[in-house]
Amino acid sequence: MGAVGVVAVAWPFIDEMNPSAAVLALSSTEVDISPVAVGQQVVVKWRGHPLFVRHRTAKEIAEAKAVNVSDLPDPLARNSNLPDSAPATDANREFKPEWLILVGVCTHLGCTPTGFEGDYGGWLCHCHGSQYDTAGRIRKGPAPANLQVPPYSFLSDTRIKVG
Amino acid sequence: MSGQSTYTPKTGLEKWIDQRLPLPRLMHDTMTTFPTPRNLNIWYTFGGILTFCLGVQIVTGIVLAMHYVANADMAFDSVESIMRDVNYGWLMRTIHSTGASMFFLAVYIHMFRGLYYGSYKAPRELIWIIGVLIYVLMMATAFFGYVLPWGQMSFWGATVITSLFSSIDQVIPHLGTAITTWLWGDFAVGDATLNRFFSLHYLLPFIIAGVVGLHLWALHVPGNNNPLGIDVKSPQDTVPFHPYYTVKDAFYLCCFVALFALFVFYAPDFFGNPDNYQKANPLVTPPDIVPEWYLLPFYAMLRSIPQKLIGVLVLVGSLVTLVFVPWLDTSRVRSCRFRPLMKQFFWAFAVDCVILGYCGSQSVDAAAFGVPLVWVARLGTLYYFGYFWVLMPIIGLIETPKKLPTSIAQSVLGEPAAAPAE
Amino acid sequence: MMRTAFSLGLAMGLLATAPALTPALALDTTKLPVKKVDFSFDGPFGTYDQAALQRGFQVYKEVCSACHGLDHIAFHNLDEAGGLGFTEAQAKAIAAGYKIPADPNDKGEIFDDKGTRLTRPGTLADKFPNPFANEEAARANNDGNLPPDLSLIVKAREGGAHYVYSIVTGFHLNPPKGFTVTAGKYYNPYFEGWNIGMPPPLTDNAVTYSDGTKATVDQEAHDVATFLAWASDPKMEERKRVGFGALVFLIVLSGLLFFSYRKVWADLH
Repeated sequence: MGAVGVVAVAWPFIDEMNPSAAVLALSSTEVDISPVAVGQQVVVKWRGHPLFVRHRTAKEIAEAKAVNVSDLPDPLARNSNLPDSAPATDANREFKPEWLILVGVCTHLGCTPTGFEGDYGGWLCHCHGSQYDTAGRIRKGPAPANLQVPPYSFLSDTRIKVG
Repeated sequence: MSGQSTYTPKTGLEKWIDQRLPLPRLMHDTMTTFPTPRNLNIWYTFGGILTFCLGVQIVTGIVLAMHYVANADMAFDSVESIMRDVNYGWLMRTIHSTGASMFFLAVYIHMFRGLYYGSYKAPRELIWIIGVLIYVLMMATAFFGYVLPWGQMSFWGATVITSLFSSIDQVIPHLGTAITTWLWGDFAVGDATLNRFFSLHYLLPFIIAGVVGLHLWALHVPGNNNPLGIDVKSPQDTVPFHPYYTVKDAFYLCCFVALFALFVFYAPDFFGNPDNYQKANPLVTPPDIVPEWYLLPFYAMLRSIPQKLIGVLVLVGSLVTLVFVPWLDTSRVRSCRFRPLMKQFFWAFAVDCVILGYCGSQSVDAAAFGVPLVWVARLGTLYYFGYFWVLMPIIGLIETPKKLPTSIAQSVLGEPAAAPAE
Repeated sequence: MMRTAFSLGLAMGLLATAPALTPALALDTTKLPVKKVDFSFDGPFGTYDQAALQRGFQVYKEVCSACHGLDHIAFHNLDEAGGLGFTEAQAKAIAAGYKIPADPNDKGEIFDDKGTRLTRPGTLADKFPNPFANEEAARANNDGNLPPDLSLIVKAREGGAHYVYSIVTGFHLNPPKGFTVTAGKYYNPYFEGWNIGMPPPLTDNAVTYSDGTKATVDQEAHDVATFLAWASDPKMEERKRVGFGALVFLIVLSGLLFFSYRKVWADLH
C-alpha cells in the first residue's frame, strides 16, 4: 500500500522530465524530396538532429548491394521500421533503393559525418575517422553501429514523413 | 576533538542567543578554541580556500541568474548582454567562470594533500568518502554550468556526455535511449535540456554546501590530520584554531585570491575554449570537442577505450575507486613523508594525471614524438587504476617506513634548529 | 593560451609523425601559425588606440558590413568609455544613417504599398542591423558560404586579433605545387584546410581614411583587427584598470597578513 503511494507520488515528478507535448508535436517532419537530384544529399532538421536525405546513383546502389553482410562490423539493419534483429542488407536500409534516409548522427560520439567522403563513398566523420558506405553502414573507425534509419514513410513519390 | 564545550558567553547578548540557539557555542568550539595540530603546512589551507570558492561561486552565480535567460534562443545573447550591458556584469561573469577553474585547482590540491598525508585513513574514512561525494557533485555542477552559455562547446560537450547513457542499450536494449530521452526532455540536446540543467546548476551548490557541513562535522570528531600523520598526544601538540590558523588561512587565502585576480583581470579566457564564443549549432560539429581542463583526465580515460560501454564503466570506475581508498591502502603509516617507496609512486600518479589531462586536450588521432596519444592515455589509465588497486595494497605491506617522531611537539619543538611550523 | 601551448605540442608531434604515417603525395593543410604583429592593446597595460578603432570601424562599415553582421554591438556602444571615442552626437548621427525595420504604424502596417518593409532611422538603442534577413539569404548571396558574425570573432578564434589580421592579409600567396584550390573557394594558408569561402576583402585604398592615414592593405587589416578586438571585448580597458587596483590592493594585503601571521606564530617558539 505504501509502495503504491510512493510510486503514485513519484511518477509525475519523473515523467515531467520526459518530452513534453510541444516537443512531441515537433517530433514529426514532412520533407519534400523532389529538389534532391541524383547523386545529391540534403540535410534537414528532424527532432533536433540532422537528417540525411540522399538520392543515390545506380553505382552507389550497386556498390551497397554487393557488400556481404558478414563482412560488416555491425550486422544489424538499425532500421526503426524493421525488427531489431533484421540484418544490415542494403534492402533493409530503405524502402526505395534510390532514396536513403538516415539520421546524420555518428554512432560513436554524436558528430555529423560529411557526405561523399571516405573510402566507401558514403560518409566520413571528421571527429574520430569513422567511415560509412553508400548504405550508411559503418565500415571503418570507432563507431560501433550503422547510421540509424529513422521511422518514416512515403506519403507520395516526392514527399516523406519522418517520425 | 569532539568533547565538552568550554564556551562561556562573554556578553549578555551572546548568552541570550546561546540559550536559544547554540550557534555562538558552535562558532567558538569549531573555529576559535578548536585544538588544531601546530604543524599544519600550506597544503592544509585549501579546505578554507575551497569554502571561500564555494561562497564566491554561489554569490556571483545568484547575481548572474538575475540576468541570464535559460532559453536556447536567448541564452548566448543574455550572456553577451551580461558581459556588455549589465553594470560590472563582465566582472561577475568572469569571476564565476574563472572561479570554477580556481575551485577545481584548489580541490585537486586538497585531494592530493589527502592522498599524500594519508588523511583518508582511520578514523577519517568517512571524511574522505564525503569528500569524494562533494567532488562528484562539483563535477556535475560544473558540467551543467558549462552548458548554460549555449556555445558550441556547451552544446556538443552536453551531447557527447549525455549520449554516453545510450551505451546502456548494449546491456538492456532500449533502456539507454529511454534514459537519454528522459535526461534530454527531447530527442536531442535542446531547449528542454538547457532549462533543466539551469535548474540543477542552481540547486547542486546548495547541496554541496550541506555536504560540506557534514564533511566539517565529520572532521571535527577526530580533528585534523597533520603532515607527520601521527595522532595528537597532548595539548602541546596543538594550538587553538584562532588566532593561529585564522591568520595563516587568511594569508594563504589572500595569495590565492591574488592568483585568482591575475586570471580574472589579465587572462579572462585562459581556461576557456574559443569555440564557446560561437552560438550552439546542432548541425555543425566543432573539429575538436573538449571539456574544461579539470575534466580532461577523465575524458582521456573515456576515449582511450574503443568500446563505448566499457569506456563509460572505466570513467565511472575511476571515481568509484576513490571511495575504496581508505581500505585499499594497507600501510600502518599515514604520511608519505615516512613512506619512501609510496612517495615515489604518489608523484608518478600526480604526473600521470597531468599526462592524462594533456591526452584529453588533444584530438583523438594526435601523436607526440611519434606515439599516438591514445596509447599514452591507455597506459595512463592503467597506471591510474593500478595505483589504487595494486600499488596501494602491496606497497603498504612490503615497504619499510621511516621512523616516526614520538610526537608532533617533539618534531616541531624538539631540535633546537627546528624550523617554525610551515 | 593553454590551447596554444598544447597546439604547439601537437604541431611538434604531427611534424614528427607526418613523414612516417602519411603517404608522400598528401599535403598537410594545417593552417600556418598566426603572423607576428603588434597591437596597442597587447599586454597587461595595453589600451585601444582610438584613432585605429575609428579607422577600423570605417573599414568594417565600408567593406565588411556588406556580408558580415555585428549583432552584439549597439550604436550606443560607439560613444562608450574605453572605445572609439565618438561623442554622443556623433554616435547618434551614425545610428541615424542606418535603416531599421519600423514598428507597426497606427494602421498596423509594416509594409508600404509596394510591399517594401517600412523602415525608420536608427537610434542609439538599436543594434547594428544584419546585412541579411536570415542564414539562408546569407548563404544564397555568398555561394553557399555563411559569413560569420564579427562581434565576437576575435574571442571565437584561436589567435584572436592576430588570426583575423593574418587571414585578411593572407590572400596574396600562391598555392604550393600539388594543392588544388576547391572550386568557388580562395587560397589562404592561414585558414584551416587552406580553402576559405571569403574572397580577398581588402585592397590598397579600399577606403579613404578621414584622418588622412595611408590606406594600405596592412594598415586596413591592422585597424579592422583592432576594431574587432574592441567589438569582442569592449570592457578591456576597464578590466585592466580595475585589475591593476585590485592586484595592488591584494599584494599589499598579502604583505600585511604575512606579517600578522609571522607575529602571531612568533610566540610559539
